[in-house]
Amino acid sequence: MFDFLGISPPALFGQMLLGLINGAFYAMLSLGLAVIFGLLNVINFTHGAQYMMGAFAAWLLLGIFNVPFWAALVLAPIIVGLIGVAIERLMLKRIYHLDHLYGFLLTFGLSLVIEGMFRWQWGSSGAPYPSPIPGGYNLGFMFLPTYRGFVVVAALVICLVTWYAIERTRLGAYLRAATENPTLVRAFGINVPRLITITYGVGVGLAALAGVLAAPIQQVSALMGTNLVLVVFAVVVIGGMGSIMGSIVTGFGLGLIEGMTKVFYPPASNTVIFVVMALVLLVKPAGLFGQTK
Amino acid sequence: MKPSQIALVVALAASLVAPFFAYPVFLMTALCFALFAGAFNLLLGYAGLMSFGHAMFFGMAAYFFGHVVKAWGLPPELGLLAGVLGAAALGLVTGALAIRRQGIYFAMITLAFAQMVYFLCVQMPFTHGEDGLQGIERRALLGGLIPITDDRVLYYVVLAIFLFGYFCIYRFIHSPFGQVLKAIRDNEPRAVSLGYEADRYKLLAFVLSAALSGLAGATKAMVLQFATLTDVSAGQSGEVVLMALVGGLGTITGPIVGAFIIITMQNYLASFGEFVLVIQGAIFVVIVMAFRKGLVGEIADWWKSRGKKAG
Repeated sequence: MFDFLGISPPALFGQMLLGLINGAFYAMLSLGLAVIFGLLNVINFTHGAQYMMGAFAAWLLLGIFNVPFWAALVLAPIIVGLIGVAIERLMLKRIYHLDHLYGFLLTFGLSLVIEGMFRWQWGSSGAPYPSPIPGGYNLGFMFLPTYRGFVVVAALVICLVTWYAIERTRLGAYLRAATENPTLVRAFGINVPRLITITYGVGVGLAALAGVLAAPIQQVSALMGTNLVLVVFAVVVIGGMGSIMGSIVTGFGLGLIEGMTKVFYPPASNTVIFVVMALVLLVKPAGLFGQTK
Repeated sequence: MKPSQIALVVALAASLVAPFFAYPVFLMTALCFALFAGAFNLLLGYAGLMSFGHAMFFGMAAYFFGHVVKAWGLPPELGLLAGVLGAAALGLVTGALAIRRQGIYFAMITLAFAQMVYFLCVQMPFTHGEDGLQGIERRALLGGLIPITDDRVLYYVVLAIFLFGYFCIYRFIHSPFGQVLKAIRDNEPRAVSLGYEADRYKLLAFVLSAALSGLAGATKAMVLQFATLTDVSAGQSGEVVLMALVGGLGTITGPIVGAFIIITMQNYLASFGEFVLVIQGAIFVVIVMAFRKGLVGEIADWWKSRGKKAG
């Protein structure tokens, strides 16, 4: 067996896999943030809380109604997405005409309410969720748990389907047009407010779907979304929110960088993404895939 | 005398006798947070920059104060100075990067840098990680002249620091510098076309705001005698936004009112545990939906409209 800079292949590839998994969640969450921001002009701070709600929905469905993981994968995003639709109809709708900051503050407040309620009800310690596909493969250079491999592939598929839906379908074309000029699109007889509601619902559903996928890997806890969303903000600043493909590439790429930092210099693994953000701000302030306005 | 001057005199008189009627530690904590919220509001209200990471200046200054006083055994004046200078230096670095983006990105960048500082504080040895710095001695000020072990004596020191900090904020706003800052906030391209280097003004405002937040954080560490991870956390950054929002964004007195309301609320709701978070979040939602001007802003509006009707 070869050693690379004194690091054994299982450790290297194991961390690479972990990095890819983290990257998968960064990609899915920053994608949802970018889609919502494009149409609503709101940075959805609640995204982390909605991711957490997805994981909790799956956990509760399993614990109370004995709903298996694969059904929760469909049900949880729908439930959380519908809650998102209610939030959009009742609150977000009323503040679109204001400065972006108010959307940020409102969704920040909402995330405090949601997180606080979950902490109050279930505490801060995590609950385990059984892996739906236990076991794994020995690839010779590393051990690959089947479920983790599945998460990376599933996240890639979800990201690419979202990209296809926005860039290559008629609904996606309406959405892109409404992002550019909502008034004109309305003049063509398209119900833009409904399009906005649907977009927010789907964006939130995407966060919940990521939460369900995360449930068997992480502990299901009220705090799981808060820390993640702060890193995802850095990812969004690095990538820029102009391009869907950009969000996907940046998400996976930063996950890998973080994983590699864990191998070569573990103390910096928490902060490496923020360092990358600082460097990108120095070199290309608009973000790697962003357009300067 | 104008009504605002009368109000100022009444408020000053009240602040002088307050420790004989209320618990001094509560008053001092509220004053520290009022200064912190005022510093945050200086940046938002007059430069149009909303920082969502101001806890990094507040919290780091608390750590610097604690380290200088506890580990190095130096007098508290030097601790305060270290807090202010440290926060200003941190503000210079993060501010220079953050002002390269505007609007909502600025908020996200400051939030991300604050999270980075938080992670560094978890790891660095001098912060003592999860334990934090505890039992920071209250050594006498001015070479033994002012013994601050007595809460009431310390109260007047904190009041003086608060008044100094707020006087600085007032002077910045009502100076040519403040006027240019407002011009940049309202129309940046026009200010640039008039020959003002917008980025330098913004950066200076950011550093000043960071330094004053640092003064508040170091003073808080002197009063409560500890510095912990909570002081640098994202929750703390959110709390100072809430204080300014409750009182009124962009008003001078709003942050003071907001800080006293939130600190009082925390004292009364301490027994609710996790539910405090829900209440704080709900206040955010209600204010953004219904009272965007905050308490002071709404009252000022009501006062103006009343005056118009009478005249």
